[in-house]
Amino acid sequence: MGGTRLVIPSIGPASSVQDGGRFGAQRYGLTPSGAMDRLSLAAANCLAGNTQMAPAVEIGPYGASFTARGGAVRVALSGALRSAEISSRSVPWDTSVTLADGETLILGMARGGSFSYLAIEGTIQGEPTFGSFAVNARVGLGSPYPRPLQAGDELSVSAASAGTERRIELPAAGAGPIRATLGPQNDEFSEEAIKLFLESEWKISATSDRMGYRLEGPVIKHLHGHNIVSDGTVNGSIQVPGNGQPIVLMSDRGTSGGYPKIATVITADFGRFAQIPAGTAFRFKSVSMEAAQSEACKFAELLRALPDRLGSIASFDLNVEALQDANVAGAAVSAIDARTWQAADALPQE
Amino acid sequence: MAPPLTAPRLLPSGDSAITVEFSRKIDDGANRRVLALDRTLAQEPIAGVTETVPTYRSLLVHYDPTQVDFPTLGQKLTELAQRPVPSSEKTRLWRIPVAYGGEYGIDLEDVAKTLGTTPDDVVARHIAGDYRVAMLGFTPGWSYLSGLQESLHMSRRQNPRLLTPAGTISVGGVQAGIQCLAGPSGWHLLGCTPVRTYQLHREPMFLLEPGDRVKFYQVDAKTYVEQERAAEHGELIAELVAA
Repeated sequence: MGGTRLVIPSIGPASSVQDGGRFGAQRYGLTPSGAMDRLSLAAANCLAGNTQMAPAVEIGPYGASFTARGGAVRVALSGALRSAEISSRSVPWDTSVTLADGETLILGMARGGSFSYLAIEGTIQGEPTFGSFAVNARVGLGSPYPRPLQAGDELSVSAASAGTERRIELPAAGAGPIRATLGPQNDEFSEEAIKLFLESEWKISATSDRMGYRLEGPVIKHLHGHNIVSDGTVNGSIQVPGNGQPIVLMSDRGTSGGYPKIATVITADFGRFAQIPAGTAFRFKSVSMEAAQSEACKFAELLRALPDRLGSIASFDLNVEALQDANVAGAAVSAIDARTWQAADALPQE
Repeated sequence: MAPPLTAPRLLPSGDSAITVEFSRKIDDGANRRVLALDRTLAQEPIAGVTETVPTYRSLLVHYDPTQVDFPTLGQKLTELAQRPVPSSEKTRLWRIPVAYGGEYGIDLEDVAKTLGTTPDDVVARHIAGDYRVAMLGFTPGWSYLSGLQESLHMSRRQNPRLLTPAGTISVGGVQAGIQCLAGPSGWHLLGCTPVRTYQLHREPMFLLEPGDRVKFYQVDAKTYVEQERAAEHGELIAELVAA
């Protein structure tokens, strides 16, 4: 293969090329797929100078490495924090960084999250299907590989442009319960069952995947059995199957489903929910439709204004030294977590 | 004038979708209202509506909450859903070939035994059906058909199969199905069609629309193999009899 490439010497399971998703054909049974955490995808693409929902590598909980071949490649990292190194030099999170020809970026395991995003300046070359590169492994869709990424895969990319690296200051991820609106089938459950659902602690099962997150907790009983006539699903639909252990439908969900849906995770919290690691306890909280839609509008505004949060890194190495000095001086600055960096001169808005 | 239609139930599916529910059961009348509302929304788009997904008994309306809110959209959908359903719908009719029994439909013999008849009679009853695509879902191109003759209604298999072939023609409960991709199924497998209801890089990528009518006809193994080869090269194989 000629041209500039990003070669993948190693990558863990549940890693694939994802973008904004394949919408418009759910009426034909075509699952949208797309990034589990859209804010992090958008942030990585912003850093790389791409459109927000451009295809990028969604990296699952385990480590991965990427080597530039045939030229320098600028990449950008966002999403679940993990260690990142190039030739034993630490790379801060939520920044772009350029790999010289032959250099390798080594990423560790995700910490406190599940999915990280590696965007590439100029994006990834491939053929969209139904307007999207998003991998849908079950149906064999996606580009450049219609399957999760494997060690040895190569992505055709563009050579890095001249110019400085960037960083982005993202708002601290919200803490607190995952917000949901009741319905569409909350009337299939007693008030006690809904109370139990809302007041209990839940954990995400290790058997979860991009189709659905299985929850472990108390048994939620149905009023009239667990079979309903199949109807449409959305990202965040919380189905309760026969065993009473809810399943939250994620980006690779089927377009229709036949279990009662007790509630739906709100749009603004879907990415945050997707990032909860298996085994970590969390709770749900019921919110009104008005509140959910107000949060959805705020989330859309956050995405729209992401470019305002970009700053430049004049010289990466110098900045690390500056940070070390700052640490010596006792300032609460982390060399790893770019979110605590002081604001530099903002880039002009794109 | 016909009495006004009952209002559907508006069920919130999160902050960016509404389920417009006409019935809780599989109900042909409700499905016609679902498809009528779907057509209305295609002809008279509402700003902010991004995608609609018809199912047996409800229409899922995806929308952008930054453009339209739940009460406003709900009100509009309620109004549109109560418009009279056109009696003479212009629908497409497809003729779809099926190779029945044997390796193509491994449950045909068992279905005949369960119903106390012959495999040929099961095929005749299946062919006699006047089907309508009630919805597509589950995997790309999986078409759920209403119109299965009552004499073929039977409960699904106790143990669903984890893998059934692409092109499977099956029955389950009161429904008939055309399955495009290989995948799990708990339905009874009567045959296989070379027709691909979904095919990448073909125009159209999706053959059947919700509301389309379907008639099946029987082909022998030799014809099936020929048609299968042609389908692989992008031919539709299904014949459009009426539009």
